[in-house]
Amino acid sequence: MTKAEKTDLAIKATKIRMAIVEGTHAAKCGHPGGSLGAADMFAYLYFKELNIDPADPKKPDRDRFVLSKGHTAPGLYGALALRGFFPVEDIKTLRQIGSYLQGHPNMTLTPGVDMSTGSLGQGISAAAGMALAAKHTGNPCRVYTLLGDGEIEEGEVWEAMMFAANYKLDNFVAIVDKNGLQIDGPTAEVMDSGDIAGKMRAFGFEVAEIDGHDFDEMEAAFKKARETKGKPFGIVMRTVKGLGVSYMENSVDWHGKAPNDAEYETAMNELNAKLAKLEAM
Amino acid sequence: MAEVKKMATRDAYGQALAELGEEHENLVVFEADLAAATKTGVFRKKFPERHFECGIAEGNMMAVAAGASTMGLVPFASSFAMFAAGRAFEQVRNSIGYPHMNVKIGATHGGISVGEDGASHQCCEDFALMRSIPGMVVLCPSDAVEARAAVRAAYEYVGPVYLRFGRLAIPVFHDEGMSFEIGKGETLAEGDDVAIIATGLMVYEALQAAEQLKAGGINARVINMCTIKPLDTELVLKAARECGKIVTAEEHSIIGGLGEAVCAAVAESGIPCKVKRVGVNDEFGHSGPAVPLLKQFGLSAENIAKVAAEL
Repeated sequence: MTKAEKTDLAIKATKIRMAIVEGTHAAKCGHPGGSLGAADMFAYLYFKELNIDPADPKKPDRDRFVLSKGHTAPGLYGALALRGFFPVEDIKTLRQIGSYLQGHPNMTLTPGVDMSTGSLGQGISAAAGMALAAKHTGNPCRVYTLLGDGEIEEGEVWEAMMFAANYKLDNFVAIVDKNGLQIDGPTAEVMDSGDIAGKMRAFGFEVAEIDGHDFDEMEAAFKKARETKGKPFGIVMRTVKGLGVSYMENSVDWHGKAPNDAEYETAMNELNAKLAKLEAM
Repeated sequence: MAEVKKMATRDAYGQALAELGEEHENLVVFEADLAAATKTGVFRKKFPERHFECGIAEGNMMAVAAGASTMGLVPFASSFAMFAAGRAFEQVRNSIGYPHMNVKIGATHGGISVGEDGASHQCCEDFALMRSIPGMVVLCPSDAVEARAAVRAAYEYVGPVYLRFGRLAIPVFHDEGMSFEIGKGETLAEGDDVAIIATGLMVYEALQAAEQLKAGGINARVINMCTIKPLDTELVLKAARECGKIVTAEEHSIIGGLGEAVCAAVAESGIPCKVKRVGVNDEFGHSGPAVPLLKQFGLSAENIAKVAAEL
């Protein structure tokens, strides 16, 4: 990947982070922490990896993306808006009555959303069903899903992994966002998930462990995913929850609360400074 | 009604899937390790490439079916009612109901008539659970012929459908080629003294009850309510107006099922009409052969007739 490409993705990721802050601030609630941490992955998926067309959001052979950790909808909405699925300013209607931007993704309301999610553990199953159906019908699309490292405490996640391996779903990529935090504290203290990559390998996945803020590593992992035949692919990415807003970084407190006006100012100043720096590169 | 042929509605389900599979390439089946019991094995034998085993993981199966339905397939996801509606309730609610997916849930082994397996497997709560999900169609066929027609109607309907089938072989009283429409009840016997509104295997019992009542000079109307949701309110209220007395009969808890749906419709109409519910009286079942078990729980023609006569 060229330096210019990486800078462009970093700009997109910063704009996604701004949308996350805008949306949760306007809603006075929501989940900024996990959304910010996954913003680089959202940018990579929506501006590099996924075969999608905002002008034809339902095109049959599009790649599917299922946000299994549905509470990070602000990050998904930011990516979709910037990619052209709907106006960026609509982010400010997040979680409001009448808005098509629900607290958790709703496929019947929001252009570009492939599956309604929010109840943890179910998105990966639905994504596996899509991948199976794609193989069955000869649809060349690929199916991607993003899970949280807290989410994988749900048993259904492992049912879905067994299913994906059993059906050799090599058109399926399950990404685990390993930010190490969940609502009640560090995952290592709440329910230690241990060696996630090792567990996924034991369940029949080919796995790449990457830095979830490094576009080169993402590129290499997705390339390897496409080359892997006969088994599903897992990406375990280490991330910093809340990345991009200094006071939210690595903080359990910012899982599910919105910035107040002063905090919003600070966050936007930081992100604007970052954006100016990137745009000057 | 002499020499009545008997067949379980689950057998009809398997047959119907195999028939429909012939006509529709996009019909696929998901199964949770019970293919011999749910009878999806009949479909598997004919279309092994369209029968997907999910193992003993019903929650995953429901969400997998939801995902598959977004790709143009029409999945029938099968398990016992206890696990399809019970264990996987939240997957059905959030991944199938909320996005209004075109998924059909084929739930066999509904009710007390599961028999010897006992209460852990005798689901008497599925109507209540499935009725509570917005947009979910809930069907409970009364015999094998109606079951086949219901499966076909469920395939043709676009949206989520829950179908409940039984394990026990029960009389087949409908004529082949019967017309079936989701949301429409069927009047099987005319009468104005009392109306018996029944579903599933209780429909045949209701017909027998009507015979018994006739001997005592009571003319009972018998309505087969295969569609529990959306309820045929028009037919219910017609019965309320013309009979003034309704007995409901279902192999389900008296809480949350057909009986409560009828009670709500009648109460909100303002039509003066007494209603009594025959069903499982807020208790768990237990092991035993199905037929005496049904009698013990009052799920019989005799009990329906008794309740109707006393109303």
